[in-house]
Amino acid sequence: MKKHDTPMLDNLEEGPWPSFISGIKKLRDDHPDDRVNAVNNDLLGQLEHSYETRKGYWKGGTVSVYGYGGGIIPRFSEVGKQFPASKEFHTLRVQPPAGNYYTTDMLRKLADSWEKFGSGLVTFHGQTGNIMFIGATTENTQHFFDEINDYGFDLGGAGPCVRTGMSCVGAGRCEMSNINEHKAHRLLVNNFTDDIHRPALPYKFKFKVSGCPNDCMNSIERADMSVIGTWRDDIKVDQEEFKKYVAKKGRKHVIDNIVTRCPTNAISLNDDDTIVIDNQNCVKCMHCLNVVPKALHPGDDKGATVLIGGKRTLKIGDLMGTVIVPFMKLESEEDWEKLVEIAENTIDFWAENALEHERCGEMIERIGLINYLEGIGIDAEPNMVAHPRESSYVRLDDWDDEAVKWYEKADSKKDTA
Amino acid sequence: MEKETKKVKKEMRTPIESGCPDGFQYMHPTMRKNFGRWKYHEHPKPGVLKHVSKSDEEIWTVRAGTQRILDVYTLRKLCDIGDEFADGYVRFTIRSNIEYMVKDATKVDPLISALEKEGFIVGGTKNSVAMIAHTQGWLHCDIPGTDASGVVKSMMDELIDEFKNNEMPNRVHMTTSCCQINCGGQGDIAINIQHTKPPKINHDLVSNVCERPSVVARCPVAAIRPAIVNGKPSLEVDEKKCICCGACYPPCPPMQINDPEHSKLAIWVGGNHSNARTKPTFQKLVAAGIPNNPPRWPEATAIVKRILKVYKDDARDWERINDWIDRIGWPRFFELTELPFTKYHIDNWRGGRKTLNSSAYIRF
Repeated sequence: MKKHDTPMLDNLEEGPWPSFISGIKKLRDDHPDDRVNAVNNDLLGQLEHSYETRKGYWKGGTVSVYGYGGGIIPRFSEVGKQFPASKEFHTLRVQPPAGNYYTTDMLRKLADSWEKFGSGLVTFHGQTGNIMFIGATTENTQHFFDEINDYGFDLGGAGPCVRTGMSCVGAGRCEMSNINEHKAHRLLVNNFTDDIHRPALPYKFKFKVSGCPNDCMNSIERADMSVIGTWRDDIKVDQEEFKKYVAKKGRKHVIDNIVTRCPTNAISLNDDDTIVIDNQNCVKCMHCLNVVPKALHPGDDKGATVLIGGKRTLKIGDLMGTVIVPFMKLESEEDWEKLVEIAENTIDFWAENALEHERCGEMIERIGLINYLEGIGIDAEPNMVAHPRESSYVRLDDWDDEAVKWYEKADSKKDTA
Repeated sequence: MEKETKKVKKEMRTPIESGCPDGFQYMHPTMRKNFGRWKYHEHPKPGVLKHVSKSDEEIWTVRAGTQRILDVYTLRKLCDIGDEFADGYVRFTIRSNIEYMVKDATKVDPLISALEKEGFIVGGTKNSVAMIAHTQGWLHCDIPGTDASGVVKSMMDELIDEFKNNEMPNRVHMTTSCCQINCGGQGDIAINIQHTKPPKINHDLVSNVCERPSVVARCPVAAIRPAIVNGKPSLEVDEKKCICCGACYPPCPPMQINDPEHSKLAIWVGGNHSNARTKPTFQKLVAAGIPNNPPRWPEATAIVKRILKVYKDDARDWERINDWIDRIGWPRFFELTELPFTKYHIDNWRGGRKTLNSSAYIRF
């Protein structure tokens, strides 16, 4: 095998940060399988060609495994004649365990399977949340999938379909956790396996679950349906720990970094260095808990907020997800069923009403939140808005009926309380 | 022939649609035991977290940065370290760092030494510059304007001390993206491709390769229309209307948007996914026209370092980049970073009016 010269890529082996180029070269030079050597040699050759010409040379196509329509990112080289060993270089998107937990045994098993059939290159994880097994021929995608599917791994989503979900480290390690993040993640995603494996929706639909409003999964920005853990009773305060913190850091630090940073001015410091929180006006932003995790904790009445419609620019511009359920418990089986039902109703409504290639948030932007809410049977409420309408261009045909509904709902809440 | 096809089909294995696996089976026993029962955490030093449960059990986490695109040798090396120095349990963060979890505090330092000896970088916790989130680029993507992996390697080489230490006012999440789809996501600092010229169309191929009505529908500014060019059905672009976003390129590869010279890098700041202190924010454009210059992209790195330096010097504790700029104002940001403010910084997309200063609030 003649090794391609790669002067530009060689440059990326310099410097203290681990180099992906060195890893690809190791597969080219040291792997016992000639096929793996050749694939990585030609991959390096094509990548060097890209660096020299500042252009990419991969094209998509249609590849999937038997019985599925998606889950694989097909890549065929446009310069396959020059680099034949890597001319078919597809990625398999594989769903990781919820929370991205692994044993080293399982990672080794995956590595063993992958070097048998693929390039030996893998990423934990892609930006949608999949394990990315990068580089297999059309034929070998099937063999690799068959092998890992037998021991519990399944493909993720690619194309216009429900995509692989993401959940944070969650209750496994984090004291800020308010829900069983992994249960929410798996219930939602695994309810839609058909919609993951057989792309037939208007466009992609993503679920992400964060255990608290720090939103480590970026769900408000990146998920069509975002589930965020929160609580509705008081922040738990360990005053002794708080006083210790004040003693250690000083009052000025506490005022500058905690009291004045509260977005709703809900915190004050007592003369004895205890803290007072106006819990009714706390918006659960997480800042004070982040600063003093030893003294301040989420309350006991935990649950989740659900937001819909987050996405990046294309086509109409960036959209944050917006609240459709301010708070719901996630404890009983009925609670969990209700969460799945919201997802099902949303996806059904969106599949029915969206234009081609229109994300859920874009559809809502086009038809208005109310049409979507009425479509899935959720009543409007003030937590859904930053502020009420500013424009006077509106017809109010059913105003009286709607006002009556609001009072009736308030009364029924009083009755049950 | 027909028989043969049938035979092949019969042998095909039907997939088990198991979906997302349960992570619980791979979780460290101490974490399983204390699931949902954690009390607080401490941050003893960069790259190390100590979580304490309500029953006073501890789990220690060591976080390390890697090259993200792992070869099986590197993956096995990470596993070896996990077996020898940790308890054989790992997880990956959203920014592709590996985390080892151990019950015994005395295992932490040997684990760190083993990781560092093999060239992995321990850090990335709390108020550090975290690992740059990125995607595939030229290595694997079908529409990339640059190679995210190379940009990230180049930048992390220079930001490594900020990854290993906790000297920033708050955490800094950076991202890179090789096109405007922005797979890297929102970041405190985002380095993204920004095309500056309309697509170049290969009219011989359009009618065979592209579903023309869906390409027309894909354009955010309705600049594409069907046309007959050289006697063949094709598409044409109103170049005055075109915003060079590249949205037409994925559904229609003959509309080549990537250009070795005119696909530039742009830098955006202030994206923040957390709800802490303020509602989540989108990133804002601060610098553009930066050359897409492999293999080291030095011009982009220089600007990133300049922004980080000013932020580090000027921001207060706990201020993310968006919090800091909210306090000091955009004029001061451009003054401190010595970046030019141009007419292109003023948003003219729909809804852009709400980004203007409709007040008498001016800092002098």
